[in-house]
Amino acid sequence: MTELAVSAWGQPFFHNAVLAGTFIALAAGLVGYFLVLRAQIFTGDALSHVAFTGAMAALAGGYDLRLGLFVGCVAAGLLLAGIGRSGRADDVVIGSAFAWILGLGSFFLTLYTTSRSGAMGGAGTTVLFGSIFGLSTGQTLVAVLVAVAISAVVLLIARPLLFATVDESVAAARGVPVRVLGFGFLALVGACAGEATQAVGSLLLLGLLAAPAGAAIRLTDRPFRALALSGGLAVAELWAGLAASALIPSLPPSFAIMAAATAVYGATFLIRPQRAPLGTASPAAG
Amino acid sequence: MPQSDGPTAFSWNLLADFQQMWSYPFMVNAFRAGAVVAVVAGAVGWFMVLRRQTFAGHTLSMVAFPGAAFATLVGMSLSLGYFGFCVAAALAIAGLRRDGQPGGAGESAATGVVQAFLLACGYLFMALYKGLLEGPQALLFGSFLGITGDQVLILAAVAIAVLAVLAVMGRQLLFASVDPQVAAGRGVRVRLLSTLFLVLLGAATAEAAQITGALLVFALMVLPAATAQQLTARPGRSLLLSVAIGLAVTWLGLLAAFYWPYPLGFFVSTFAFAAFLAAHAARALAGVRARQGRPALLGGAA
Repeated sequence: MTELAVSAWGQPFFHNAVLAGTFIALAAGLVGYFLVLRAQIFTGDALSHVAFTGAMAALAGGYDLRLGLFVGCVAAGLLLAGIGRSGRADDVVIGSAFAWILGLGSFFLTLYTTSRSGAMGGAGTTVLFGSIFGLSTGQTLVAVLVAVAISAVVLLIARPLLFATVDESVAAARGVPVRVLGFGFLALVGACAGEATQAVGSLLLLGLLAAPAGAAIRLTDRPFRALALSGGLAVAELWAGLAASALIPSLPPSFAIMAAATAVYGATFLIRPQRAPLGTASPAAG
Repeated sequence: MPQSDGPTAFSWNLLADFQQMWSYPFMVNAFRAGAVVAVVAGAVGWFMVLRRQTFAGHTLSMVAFPGAAFATLVGMSLSLGYFGFCVAAALAIAGLRRDGQPGGAGESAATGVVQAFLLACGYLFMALYKGLLEGPQALLFGSFLGITGDQVLILAAVAIAVLAVLAVMGRQLLFASVDPQVAAGRGVRVRLLSTLFLVLLGAATAEAAQITGALLVFALMVLPAATAQQLTARPGRSLLLSVAIGLAVTWLGLLAAFYWPYPLGFFVSTFAFAAFLAAHAARALAGVRARQGRPALLGGAA
């Protein structure tokens, strides 16, 4: 056991995973903070399904998986922004759209697995649950660059985006381009979803987006501190997850990362149980 | 033995097609199970869409996957895994929600975290199992093969229970869904109803997951209901319509999946989405004709 763990630390695949994972987690933490603040978690969820379909469509068509990921996610993000009024999409419409998109993904999966005669039978599982230990050096480089770009853009638009999120009408009156920000932000979420899919898989990227941000929002009320905390927590959780799965080989890294993220989020409930005043609103009591 | 091996091509003679399909016992079971599931999902899904709890419903459907994976890992019955996990998750979501009303950033973050973690657990169970199962795909995307008569019986029994509870609390639930404040003022126990409904949602999800797979439950829960609510504003009629659409979509999906080599979930979700788009188009057309077509139920804020 220990020998295996020691050897895992020195392997290039582990270095790649740590390098790519760090930046992916940072981007996911920063984007996730605004996603939670804008109550658009459901959109992130929808994108996670689009990520699967996009990747499967690219594979079925014989292209690089990541091309499908990014094109699919960014396009879906823009589409969702377009459907919803003023850049905030409607739950039922999103739900309906991604129910079908996921169905389409299963169609592409069947198409791919039947046409390639089992050469990569596990492709579906890889996309759904991620394989961060399978990243090559080239893939790592691209993932790092994209993640750095996403983080930079988020930090660049953080102030107006925060304004537009907290008070949309006042921000619009003050000349903040609320609608453009809404579109741009969802495109960013799409790119981030494509990144996170490579780390933890399309089904689990929601956890990477929601858990650190949710924890940060519970821990502090100050927006920029929460933003930094969200990014920091995401990176720490990813490291913890990678370390755990290196120590215990039967533990898939995606699960370990998600477990760390969930544990941190759960811990915030113990540290600070309730922000809203207790017992003021209990409708049944009256 | 009707044919030598495998299904023959689809002919446009539907009567002959159905006769051929139903000569296979597993297809008869699949159609029975599909009917049961579609009715429950249509009815419960209708309330879910009305209450805008699609996100909670989606989380519950995700939970079906670890449930089934866990059941596979420890070697117990799949049905038990589905129902146990879904109902437990429903209670957990109800417990996390503090003031009994849906929505809010905090709640959706919590729901999202729970959902991702449970999926990760499902993945862990699959990774630990490493057995003969060809992968998680059948659990995620559904399979209509190998549904036994016992399974249909369990599905039917749970369906009757869910529908009975729904029938008893339907009126109050409708009231509480449309206007929680007034309902609470009139003495309706909104919080209790909300919890109870989440449990029903869990049970309905567990049912549907056994047919469409965990990831596509949503197609069967949301789309018929959303389509029906587009078409008519009257609660009773749109509830019935939702069930009818669900049934039609499921059976059509089974028909298509029998004749073409693609997953059942794909067909069910595609047909349901086509119906949804058609309903939207019809509404838009009616709206253009009448200058303004507003749904009384959803649009009219009290």
